[in-house]
Amino acid sequence: MPWGAEFRRPAGSDRLAQMIREMEVPPAVFMEVCGTHTMSIAKSGLRQILPSGVLLRSGPGCPVCVTPAGVMDTLLELSGEENLTLCTYGDLLRVPGSQAGNSLERCKALGGDVRWVYSPMDALDYAQAHSERQVVFAGVGFETTAPGTALTVLEAKRRGVKNFSLLCLLKRTEPALRALLRRTDFRVNGFLCPGHVAAITGAEAFRFLPEEYALPAVVAGFETGDLLSAVYTLLSQWKEGRPALVNEYTRAVSPEGNRAAQHIMKTVLEHRDDTWRGLGSIPDSGYRLREEYREFDAEKRFSLTFPTLPEPKGCRCGEIICGQCGPESCPLFGKACTPEHPVGPCMVSSEGACAAAWKYRGIERL
Amino acid sequence: MTEEIITLDYGSGGGKTAALIEELLLPAFSNERLNPLGDGAALNLTGQMAFSTDSFVVSPLFFPGGDIGKLAVCGTVNDLAMCGAEPLYLSLSMILEEGLPMDTLRRVVGSVAQAAKEAGVEIVTGDTKVVERGRGDGIYLNTSGIGKITHPGLSPDNIQPGDAVILSGTMGDHGATIMMARDDLLEGSPLRSDCQPLHRLAQAALNAGGVRVLRDPTRGGVATTLNEFTDSRDFSVELAEDALPIRAPVQAACDLLGLDPLYCANEGKMLAVVSAERAGSVLQALRKTPGGEDAAIIGRVTTRAPGKVLLTTALGSSRVLARLSGAQLPRIC
Repeated sequence: MPWGAEFRRPAGSDRLAQMIREMEVPPAVFMEVCGTHTMSIAKSGLRQILPSGVLLRSGPGCPVCVTPAGVMDTLLELSGEENLTLCTYGDLLRVPGSQAGNSLERCKALGGDVRWVYSPMDALDYAQAHSERQVVFAGVGFETTAPGTALTVLEAKRRGVKNFSLLCLLKRTEPALRALLRRTDFRVNGFLCPGHVAAITGAEAFRFLPEEYALPAVVAGFETGDLLSAVYTLLSQWKEGRPALVNEYTRAVSPEGNRAAQHIMKTVLEHRDDTWRGLGSIPDSGYRLREEYREFDAEKRFSLTFPTLPEPKGCRCGEIICGQCGPESCPLFGKACTPEHPVGPCMVSSEGACAAAWKYRGIERL
Repeated sequence: MTEEIITLDYGSGGGKTAALIEELLLPAFSNERLNPLGDGAALNLTGQMAFSTDSFVVSPLFFPGGDIGKLAVCGTVNDLAMCGAEPLYLSLSMILEEGLPMDTLRRVVGSVAQAAKEAGVEIVTGDTKVVERGRGDGIYLNTSGIGKITHPGLSPDNIQPGDAVILSGTMGDHGATIMMARDDLLEGSPLRSDCQPLHRLAQAALNAGGVRVLRDPTRGGVATTLNEFTDSRDFSVELAEDALPIRAPVQAACDLLGLDPLYCANEGKMLAVVSAERAGSVLQALRKTPGGEDAAIIGRVTTRAPGKVLLTTALGSSRVLARLSGAQLPRIC
């Protein structure tokens, strides 16, 4: 059996796909709030088998996309500093700032020392090996990447690496979902809850969706089999009008989550008000380093500020992130905005809704 | 050459350059056309020739299944083979970085010689330059090659609806191996680059008949190469996800790093578009040739979406497989 086939195409998946196709349900919009879901859904062609009137729409699940343009501009400026190395995930390299065409990739070509890493720990190792340079790790992400980032700061302190710092751009899922749900124009009939985030927070972190908002909520994995099973559950709950929290990703997610990871986050990080692209400022929606670890805070070390900048003209990334429209509704999509010439972050982050819709476009969009 | 490292003197054109040639390069590559050490090689050629060039800047220099030397020979040999040519002669240019261990150079030169022997080509001319430390990446190689065309006229313009798309083996092995090697993740892994000369496989396919075009899907992978076929033409290529030959360790590595095997480089695989009538014979011929045991029909030429490559997913949905956009980058999670 090929690698991962038991999850990609488990026994019975053809039948499950057929059952989804033939289901008769009232029109509905379900939202996924994880960039990896966005990519998996598009890659699998899942939308093509949904009953008519049922839409899957991306929410604020791509950590790069929710990072506002002002933060990107500050990063771009920082990357040009003498004697400074900026480390970050590959996702961020091609994201434009407020000026189309400017990106970390371009700054690197112009002489900035920008390095992509798989893990913040690689940035710390680099800092230790290059004590003459300031090494900044630009840490974007949600609860999934927060523990690894926090652990790196703990390790920096333990090793006494003075030239390492963290630009903490980490965000929390729940406040963003609540901010969306408070909007009067927000219409979503259920959530495909993020499996990676839930592996850390626990599935219970999403119980507020059925209990407070009467919305179906299914914690899901990322292979085709996971998605089929989760979507079938969402559709069934919607059809029967019985919203509940269901964990379909039990091989990775427990009700209470990863206690060790939660402990590390709590030790190093605290909540703060944060600004999201499309959603604006949301109380307690971001993380920053606690006072005891503030010496590793790049914001403090380099006196960074993040200007509030308008979105690029015509770009609808903000609305797309909030699920108000799909990528195809943006007039720039696939025309002025492509992966080669991105206007907004959603087109170029490897988890962006527009990138997924463009890269894995169905044949109806030829 | 008693020194343990390459110094700038080895690129000066003086005594040390001569020593490098006479003590290392000539013994490794010796042949009638190279041995006179003129400013160029005198070649006796008749008929239609293919001429190709390629540069090699791989990091790491050595990896499971090959190294930069083997890659440099196979790269140009394969480009010639894809033109329907029998590869004959190669040039070899080396740009060495000051401080390169002499042993590293010896290994690479030995590997070039071995690969050239396997591919049946002669290294007939060459050049060596040395750049200051920090201005190179150890070794850069360039090879150019000449081959005699035995099967003229191969072109994507010949492709017809109904043709079969054959891949000579599994996809993504080289790209996945290199990416894992760069991150020191190869320990205990069965991953190996597929780096190999393709001239025998090409000849086997061509002799079986019905071949419209050959191409080796190197950078950008199978998906990007197929897009080169369909671009601005009035046919589409359709692949089925279930039928793609991908080794389990390659799929696992790609899942881990956030890559797609369809876009990973191959260095020893050939895509052949073949008429429906001859597809079976070509497949059989490839499978009987060493290095082609896993050959498979991976898709068909259709008119469903002219100019596009389509993939049918496991769910039966169809989507476009676009060209690779920029380099594949690792993802957050």
